[in-house]
Amino acid sequence: MADHSDPNAPWKSVSGIGTSAITALLFVFFLQYLPGVAAGDPVRWVIPWIPSLDVNLTFWIDGLSLMFALLITGIGAMVMLYAAKYLAGHPQYDRFALYLFSFMLSMLGLVLADNLIALFVFWELTTFTSYLLIGFSHTDPKSRRNALQALLLTAAGGLALLAGFIMLGITQGTFEMSQINASGSLVGQEYYTLILFFVLAGAFTKSAQVPFHFWLPNAMAAPTPVSAYLHSATMVKAGVYLLARTHPALSGSDLWIWILSIFGAVTAVFASFMALRQTDLKQTLAYTTLMALGTLVMFLAGSTGYAITAAMTFLLVHSLYKAGLFLTIGIIDHGTGTRDANVLGGLAKAMPITAVAAAMAGLAMAGIPPFLGFIAKEVAYAGALEMRLVIFVVPMALVAFALMFAVAGIVAYKPFYGPQGKLPHKPHEGPWPMLLGPVVLGVLGLAFGLLPGLSAYYLIEPAVAAVMGAPDTGGRVKLWAGFNLPLLLSLVTFALGFVIYLKHQALRERLARIEARGPDLDAGWDVFLDKFMALAKGQTKLIQTGVLRQYMFATFAVFAATVLVTLLTRNVGGLSLGFAGLGFMEWGVAALIVAGTVLVLLTSSRIVALVALGVVGIGVALIFIMYSAPDVAITQLLVELLVVVLLALAFLKMPNLDPTGVQKHSFANAALATTIGVLTTIVLLLVVDQPFDRRLTEFFEAASWTEAFGRNIVNVILVDFRTLDTFGEIAVVIIAALGAFVLLKGAAKARAAKGEKE
Amino acid sequence: MNSIIFTAAARLLVALLFVFSLFMLLRGHHLPGGGFIGGLIGAVAFIVYSLAAGPAEARLALRISPEVIAMVGLGIALLAGMFSFFMGDPFFTGQWYWVGGDSYETSVFSINTVLVFDIGVYLVVLGGILSLTYAFEEET
Repeated sequence: MADHSDPNAPWKSVSGIGTSAITALLFVFFLQYLPGVAAGDPVRWVIPWIPSLDVNLTFWIDGLSLMFALLITGIGAMVMLYAAKYLAGHPQYDRFALYLFSFMLSMLGLVLADNLIALFVFWELTTFTSYLLIGFSHTDPKSRRNALQALLLTAAGGLALLAGFIMLGITQGTFEMSQINASGSLVGQEYYTLILFFVLAGAFTKSAQVPFHFWLPNAMAAPTPVSAYLHSATMVKAGVYLLARTHPALSGSDLWIWILSIFGAVTAVFASFMALRQTDLKQTLAYTTLMALGTLVMFLAGSTGYAITAAMTFLLVHSLYKAGLFLTIGIIDHGTGTRDANVLGGLAKAMPITAVAAAMAGLAMAGIPPFLGFIAKEVAYAGALEMRLVIFVVPMALVAFALMFAVAGIVAYKPFYGPQGKLPHKPHEGPWPMLLGPVVLGVLGLAFGLLPGLSAYYLIEPAVAAVMGAPDTGGRVKLWAGFNLPLLLSLVTFALGFVIYLKHQALRERLARIEARGPDLDAGWDVFLDKFMALAKGQTKLIQTGVLRQYMFATFAVFAATVLVTLLTRNVGGLSLGFAGLGFMEWGVAALIVAGTVLVLLTSSRIVALVALGVVGIGVALIFIMYSAPDVAITQLLVELLVVVLLALAFLKMPNLDPTGVQKHSFANAALATTIGVLTTIVLLLVVDQPFDRRLTEFFEAASWTEAFGRNIVNVILVDFRTLDTFGEIAVVIIAALGAFVLLKGAAKARAAKGEKE
Repeated sequence: MNSIIFTAAARLLVALLFVFSLFMLLRGHHLPGGGFIGGLIGAVAFIVYSLAAGPAEARLALRISPEVIAMVGLGIALLAGMFSFFMGDPFFTGQWYWVGGDSYETSVFSINTVLVFDIGVYLVVLGGILSLTYAFEEET
């Protein structure tokens, strides 16, 4: 494996230990809110951001966000410690630590943000940081491609989400999700369907529901600690979080129930078959993540206490065991040099601690009592039995859970106790920083199961209450719920799962054959991208001719058309031409401008045309001076001067104007130019005809001295009243200058390179 | 350009134009001028020099590359705008400090972020136009 390094490299770096320690401190910080939130007291922090647009950095800690925050920081701290050792000696480890830490913070912001716009910003931040993480091995083209795929898919969903959020905020009159939830369900409102589709598009792409699932297994291009983190409590759970967060406002409609049930169930079952089919253990786990996401979405379709409790319990237990198993796979990979399920076996002797950690995670995944996974499965069956589409949901859940049982055996049992194949090198136990995470997570999975009351009171029930939007009655999370239908279904699951495990080799071959016949969405993605690029190229070729004259003609033609249409459709009244009060000087300047213009049209020398154009510009500057606008006049004069110099520099290298070329275009150009001239004159005359509104002038005249201590109104407006505009303008100046600079230098360089070749 | 008169006059003109550009920058708040105009005049000064002595020589005279000047200018303008954050005011609120008094009338002179911003504008215009012109001149 290329993504980790030699075991003897020093690993105790500031970026590794530091980020891990800060994350651990954050975990402790969030722990203090547990009792308060469990007692039904959510915490709210507000930092005004853009108050005029109702955009605030509002943070809201209720049961749901607290559970996520604890998972993100808790698992995050362990993953960072693990990664410090896993990637020790990697030349770009510090960069990795930065990416991982930024990702952790974005994810934390996402689950804590209450304002929809803030939530969206954090949502996109997780997209970007996960792109950096997935594409961390950036020298590998496959890794780059997979990272881009994840970025494009989730960002496209993100845009849909933004549209949904804006509609949600505007129709509800507030962008605070807690207030939207508190004001009740949106079902039946005018824009409900549209909002729902947009939000679901965001959630389904992020949480990789079929048919958007293919980016997730590809995201395995990331180093294993990243997979452990992205696939357990973070990134892919963001979509699930969003569905849970908007549950009180959006759930309950037929649309919600049908879409979530079907997409969730199909994803869950499809993914669990795919998990069985893989031989790379990391890929197997990737598909089980998909299965978990599908299951979560499926249960969020419901609104009953058991369905939501099932979702929240399963979310918790999945985060724990999935992170643990990924980290374990990393240790196995580290210790043996392979992740191939066909080769791995009998590692328990060489890696006893890893084996125990993997066993605990695997038992939780399989749903064996007394692990929390068992409770999750019991509650899940109880919830499925309560759902509207019970006939569909229960069998799907049964198949998914049974396959999960078998996969747990493949991942957590077989590598340690099964027959051993030929390993690349002799297995050895992982170092303690890498073992800590899997062990702690495994023990937690067991402890939460043994103490169902405590985990329900502090973690699950507050989260359920937040999702339901009402206080939770509780009492559903029990290790022993009596002899009932869910228990029976559990026993069926075990039996079915065990049979599948025994037969999994044969099943895998059959699945591989079926897969080969099915549509390959991943390859379809590449085709789609290629076609899209071809389309962009084609339309660019069509629109961007590269001939400046055509661009200018199009621009001015559109300008003329819009002005003409406006003038014709609006009743603009008559024009009055007032020549009174014009003296010799005014007429002289006008004559100068006209003379300059005529010369531009008649000459066949570029330099003469340029100088004549300069005469026109100076004439305009003179007019500014006559009507006492010295600042504008000076600027006009200087710009005119610079334009002449710059163009002269360019024209020196160009041939004389081609008389025939001018002839060819002259009629259309002359017509357009005349139209523009006439229209501009009419518009100007109409503008002057209106009584001049002096309110702004009066304000600046009065305020310029008293508020900005300046007597030159123009400059005071530029640097004080309208500073932001000026700032934007100077930024444009720089961008334009740099753009031209690059074009000129790039062209010179290309020519130089060509010259060298020849 | 090979005119001896122009080459000889250019050295003098450059210095005069450059000082004039600073003069225009500083007087801008009360009289016609300001960072934009000042920057344009400053650019003209160096363009004249580059026409007389060639772009390579003009680059040397400038010492810092025009792209850097423009970028620094943008940075200065941004910092001038962000300074108001320390005072709890919105972005780009002008901050004034009176030296030798407590108002415009009683003070000897003032230090303010508005002028700092204008200096940023000056540098951006100067650097932007020069980077463009030099690239043009060197493009042969």
